[in-house]
Amino acid sequence: MPMIRRFAQRAFILICVLCLNTSAFAQPDGKALFKTNCATCHNPLKESTGPALQGVDGRVPSKEWMYKWVKNSAGVIASGDPYAVAIYNKYNKTAMTAFPNLSNEEIDAIITYVNSVKPVGPGDGTPQPAAGGAPQQEGGWVYAVLTGVLLLLGIILWRVNSGLRQAAHRKEGIPTEEEIPLYRNKIVIALTVIVLLITGGYWMVNGAIEMGRQQNYQPEQPIFYSHKVHAGVNQVNCLYCHAGAEKSRQAMIPSSNVCMNCHMQISEYTGTDKLITAEGREVNGTEEIHKLYEYAGWDAEKGTYKRKANGEIDAKPIPWTKIHNLADHVYFNHSQHVSVGKVQCQQCHGNIQDMDEVYQFSPLSMGWCINCHRQTKVQFESNNYYSIFEKYHHELKNGEREGVTVEDIGGLECQRCHY
Amino acid sequence: MSQKQYWKGIGQLQNTAAENEVADEFNESLPFDLSGDLLNATTPRRDFLKFLGFSTAAATLAASCEMPVRKVIPYAIKPEEIVPGVPNYYASTFVDGGDFCPIVVKTRDGRPIKIEGNELSTIMGGGTSARVQASVLNLYDKTRQRFPASGDKEVTFDALDRQIKEALAASSQPAYILTATILSPTTKDIIAKFIAKYPSAKHITYDPISYSGMLLANEASYGKRTLPSYHFDKAKTIVSLGADFLGTWLSPTEFSYQYAKGRNISAKNTEMSKHYQVESNHTVSGAAADIRSTCKPSEMGAVAVALYNAVTSGAAPSFANKNLNKVITNAAADLKKGNGLVVSGSNDVAVQTMVNAINGAIGANGTTINWATTSNYKQGIDSDMAALVDAMNAGQVGALFIQGLNPIYEYHDSKKFEAGLAKVPVTVSFADRMDETAQKCKFIVPDHHFLESWGDAEPKSGYISLIQPTIAPLFKTRAFQDSLLMWAGETSTYGDYWMSYWMGKLGSQENFDRAIQNGVLEPAEMPMGGGSFSGNVAAAMASIQATKGAAIEVMTYEKVSIGYGGAWSNNPWLQEMPDPMTRGTWDNYACMSPVLAKKMDAELTPLNEVVEHKRVVKIKVNGTEVLLPVMVVPGMHNEVVAVAVGYGRHEKAGRAAANTGKNAYPINTSNGTTINSYSAAATVEPTADTFPLAITQTHNSYEGRPILHEYTLEEFKKDPQALLREREEEIGRYSKLPWEEEVGAHGGATAHAEEGGHDAKVTAAAAAAVAHGDVVLDEQGFRENGTLYPDYEHLGIHWGMSIDTNSCTGCGACVIACQAENNVSVVGKEHVIKAHEMHWLRIDRYFAGKVEDPDSIQTIFQPMLCQHCDNAPCENVCPVSATNHSSEGINQMAYNRCIGTKYCANNCPYKVRHFNWMDWNDADCFDDNLFEDYRRDDINDDLTRMVLNPDVTVRSRGVMEKCSFCVQRLQDAKLTAKKDGRPLKDGEARVACQQACASGCIVFGNVNDPESQIAKIRKQEQVERTFYVLEQIHTLPNVNYLSKVRNTDMINAAGVEKGHEVIFPNDDFSQRPHA
Repeated sequence: MPMIRRFAQRAFILICVLCLNTSAFAQPDGKALFKTNCATCHNPLKESTGPALQGVDGRVPSKEWMYKWVKNSAGVIASGDPYAVAIYNKYNKTAMTAFPNLSNEEIDAIITYVNSVKPVGPGDGTPQPAAGGAPQQEGGWVYAVLTGVLLLLGIILWRVNSGLRQAAHRKEGIPTEEEIPLYRNKIVIALTVIVLLITGGYWMVNGAIEMGRQQNYQPEQPIFYSHKVHAGVNQVNCLYCHAGAEKSRQAMIPSSNVCMNCHMQISEYTGTDKLITAEGREVNGTEEIHKLYEYAGWDAEKGTYKRKANGEIDAKPIPWTKIHNLADHVYFNHSQHVSVGKVQCQQCHGNIQDMDEVYQFSPLSMGWCINCHRQTKVQFESNNYYSIFEKYHHELKNGEREGVTVEDIGGLECQRCHY
Repeated sequence: MSQKQYWKGIGQLQNTAAENEVADEFNESLPFDLSGDLLNATTPRRDFLKFLGFSTAAATLAASCEMPVRKVIPYAIKPEEIVPGVPNYYASTFVDGGDFCPIVVKTRDGRPIKIEGNELSTIMGGGTSARVQASVLNLYDKTRQRFPASGDKEVTFDALDRQIKEALAASSQPAYILTATILSPTTKDIIAKFIAKYPSAKHITYDPISYSGMLLANEASYGKRTLPSYHFDKAKTIVSLGADFLGTWLSPTEFSYQYAKGRNISAKNTEMSKHYQVESNHTVSGAAADIRSTCKPSEMGAVAVALYNAVTSGAAPSFANKNLNKVITNAAADLKKGNGLVVSGSNDVAVQTMVNAINGAIGANGTTINWATTSNYKQGIDSDMAALVDAMNAGQVGALFIQGLNPIYEYHDSKKFEAGLAKVPVTVSFADRMDETAQKCKFIVPDHHFLESWGDAEPKSGYISLIQPTIAPLFKTRAFQDSLLMWAGETSTYGDYWMSYWMGKLGSQENFDRAIQNGVLEPAEMPMGGGSFSGNVAAAMASIQATKGAAIEVMTYEKVSIGYGGAWSNNPWLQEMPDPMTRGTWDNYACMSPVLAKKMDAELTPLNEVVEHKRVVKIKVNGTEVLLPVMVVPGMHNEVVAVAVGYGRHEKAGRAAANTGKNAYPINTSNGTTINSYSAAATVEPTADTFPLAITQTHNSYEGRPILHEYTLEEFKKDPQALLREREEEIGRYSKLPWEEEVGAHGGATAHAEEGGHDAKVTAAAAAAVAHGDVVLDEQGFRENGTLYPDYEHLGIHWGMSIDTNSCTGCGACVIACQAENNVSVVGKEHVIKAHEMHWLRIDRYFAGKVEDPDSIQTIFQPMLCQHCDNAPCENVCPVSATNHSSEGINQMAYNRCIGTKYCANNCPYKVRHFNWMDWNDADCFDDNLFEDYRRDDINDDLTRMVLNPDVTVRSRGVMEKCSFCVQRLQDAKLTAKKDGRPLKDGEARVACQQACASGCIVFGNVNDPESQIAKIRKQEQVERTFYVLEQIHTLPNVNYLSKVRNTDMINAAGVEKGHEVIFPNDDFSQRPHA
């Protein structure tokens, strides 16, 4: 029943997106700041690349020390601070990125958030499909079946009726016309041909339109990489790996050294959720991590990289199977949507944080793009680029216009995407 | 009022039937029979069913294709500076012998795909040339030598180094390093190191296009064997004696940049340089010249002497050519006014001495000629080369290392060189391919392409431009300098040597980093200095007097595209770039004037440009015979034949180069000291053969509509509003609705008073102007009322372009820049003949004047590209709306929507749309559909495809394409502004042609922004010169042109009087009253 599933998914995503949005507004900065700045290396509860952060304010020498450390850890280490040096050595001499932009208040907010995090129990966070649409759909089926049954009943009754009438006529001796069998009835033949042509044409046109589209395409990947484990459970920021999404037309598949930033420490899968493929096969997460080591040229036992004769790391790229294939004549730019349009990844890619194996969530059809461009309002007020559209600003001010959609600034024109 | 008649070719001038046939848009018949027979045939229904069946089967086949599984391969370890999809730019330097240009290289995901000029350079100002633009394609040339070799066999560098070192140690004869001009100070250092190690070794510099006459003359005249810096921008009078300084002479990009500064005039500033050109063939400099005359190559010295006499004693010249006498007299008078500059393209010491004498006499040294900052562009001395060839033949050369040269092809006496080469025990070529010389050398050690190597250039004393690699070497190549260091027994590599050299010079890491980032190191201001002439004028005059001429003289010249040959011969972009003057592609030919061509029986028909089969003539010179087709070039001297060098290459030079044209270098002759690029002992005779030439000029027709406006400087000064008035006459009557009352005496020039029309401010300004007696065009009224269609608002951005026909030299840099930026296909000669060339931007060339009188010919260039009409005729006729208009004023073309009806191309009055008749690039999904013609096929090699711009679709067969205003760049600029949350700045969005142009004649920007340059040009600075092509048909183009102003007495013409409108006679359209 793919229809139901799709419907359920959409409803669920809608709800999720709404929830995400509201929570983003309701929460103070702490959570968002943690997610954007810290989550790639730190977990509130578990050790990852860096130490678990819960209760960190109690562990460090002083609050001031902590502010200094966050803003410029390398400086603190260089100053010879014993606690700093100890931490640096403990975590494989991996220096923490400096965050000179974070204010003390923001750091406090992060700490408050980190301390407030509670361990997630099993089952939590697994989405329950919303069940709103199902009855309606099932009702449809019932109607279809009912119609079919009634139709069949009608035909049977009609046949019985005509048979009886003929029998009656014969009995009464009234001469009856030779009955023409259905398959030679010209009207029936003509009707059938027309119906076949129409349905055939419809089917062909639809098929042609669907050509090259791959919605729900879910290929098997060389490594069972679970977005659910990374983006969902461990809350790694999307942009940590797909850094190109903000800067480039391509979102960028991370190179294996980016994986290794965390996986130098994390060599086994300790998650509570079982990893199960779409075919239902259970996957050993630790083995998958070791597949990564193969590609990345990491010697897990020695804890060092294997190197070629010239000193380069002996790494191979991972040959992922491409899921989202746009036609060559389409220009799509991630940064336009992510940086400028502030579109959430999930809007096009679905609830990626719940996918063990990624599938193509959206049809990536032109109609789908256009629809969004018709409905989506651009960041008209906040982005000064749009100041050149004086007329719209005027209309907004006068209340003649509610907002400016992508369409209004030319977002449906051919050469925005085709050149 | 002068009358001007322009003709794109002689055929048009004579208006014959065949010419008119070309005017038909698609004069080819369709590839299948559609005559009445088909419908009357016995089985048309069956044929129909066959077609139907085929197309159904094809569609099913295509539809049944499963989506292929695609892989996405990330970096294993991503370099920090690369973000996939975002280009990186590196400052570097284009160097090819003495040709030089500071550049910025655009790389995408690690591969260079586009070259721009480096705007920090004060020498070139960010300009480039066609060859600089095309050099990125040479990097991916499939024919490049991929490994060091001995003969045809690959050898390792180790084995090769050992053999050469042993040979060098054992040899009793000196080793010679033969190079083209070297601009690099570090390379010169390394050669000196090599010579220090082998003290008998010698370094010989030689240039295929020699300037040694000039170097030697300068040595005699000023005591310096070098070239000065020229300042064409400071010159009020420029006299060029055969120097094509805007096309090929010395440093054309630099000179175009300077020259344009003296040609950029407006109604407020009518200061303009005056340019005299005396030449034998017809060059782009001659086309740009205000006053032009012709002489034979052998007479150039006599012209210089006459000019000297006219300047010093006022003696009147006495040439048979009356016009030449007048030109010399006038030029001398102008030169004496000060700020004069005389240059000569001659390679004769005596002629250059005379030129130096003139420059000395008019005080050019220190004002327009700078001896304090000298140029290093050319350093080769012909006599050194001759001495080397003699030594080789005498067996006195132990080893010969040839870098950047191909003497067996380029040397005028190549047989002697080849014989000598065979007698040298160790010969090494550093060529990038198995060229004619490398084939005869024992070893080939391929040098890096300049985009793969470190390096530097000192084009002028004190001016440095650095080279940094933008890609790792593609093949097993090694820098020439590395080889020399290795053989000199040094242990450091060139990269290290280079780095420590510049670290030492620059002092600190910070300075070094900045230098690498900027690419150029220049003094704050160019030191200026004069020189005093001390040459022997009498001796030079005597030598010139002894020069013999001939009834017919054959000369060689460099094409703007191919140049001296080298790797350029195998560059399909350049091969297909129409020559600015002849519009010929893919060949060289014997250029001659219409009069001479007639004598050569070259008039197969009167339509030398229409019929592609040209008469072949046999040129006998120096014991060799060259068979070449005749190209008729109006404006050539009537007794001169000119042949371009760089063609007729060996097969191994590459597919595009092989057997394209004939080698013209054997025409050059030595005069004992230097090599002259002409022969006065040649014979030219017609043969019975013909040969097809692919010429593009006649491929499009304007149906006789006026498209250009040209004035003399005097006319323009006297009446700057002449053009405005013409436009007003043409469009004024349509700028208001017929039932609107006329206000004031000026008719349409009065303020447009429609309600809901444009601002009151404009109206007020217009009214004020009318009161002033100025002509005011009501462009907005014309826009709104000249059509039945509604006028659309362009909110936000409205793109526009302005092209100055006054500073356009026709050099073609924009054409190649467009090709590189937009993945424009190369179609090959066969299809250029069929008018299927794909260039989005072409430069139309029009002649005016009397065909039989070369001195009367005036030439004008007009870059023509999609005009992005706001009321576009193409858009209305597309049945599938594949071409339509954007809110920013771009005429958009959606390839994936196009079904190839070609209605748009038929309806385009500018003829700028190009149809993909073939699958040029293997871009569609059918196998075996790719068009192949052998010569151009390397363009589809996987290696060569690396040059494609990934942001632009590669078009497939059956779709229309045309200029997109580089929409990918506009989108990118807008995106950058959006990310920064600020409005777009003027100059941020630049199109490829604009950026490539050294003369700065293309301006592009947002017309809605009143502060933008484009808006200022149209509304303030150049109102008087602005015009739109075919404006009267209400296409509302977004590209405007600026009229040509020639600093001369008269615009040569004979035609129908109709104000200043430029029209073709004998044409039905021009006879019609205004519709």
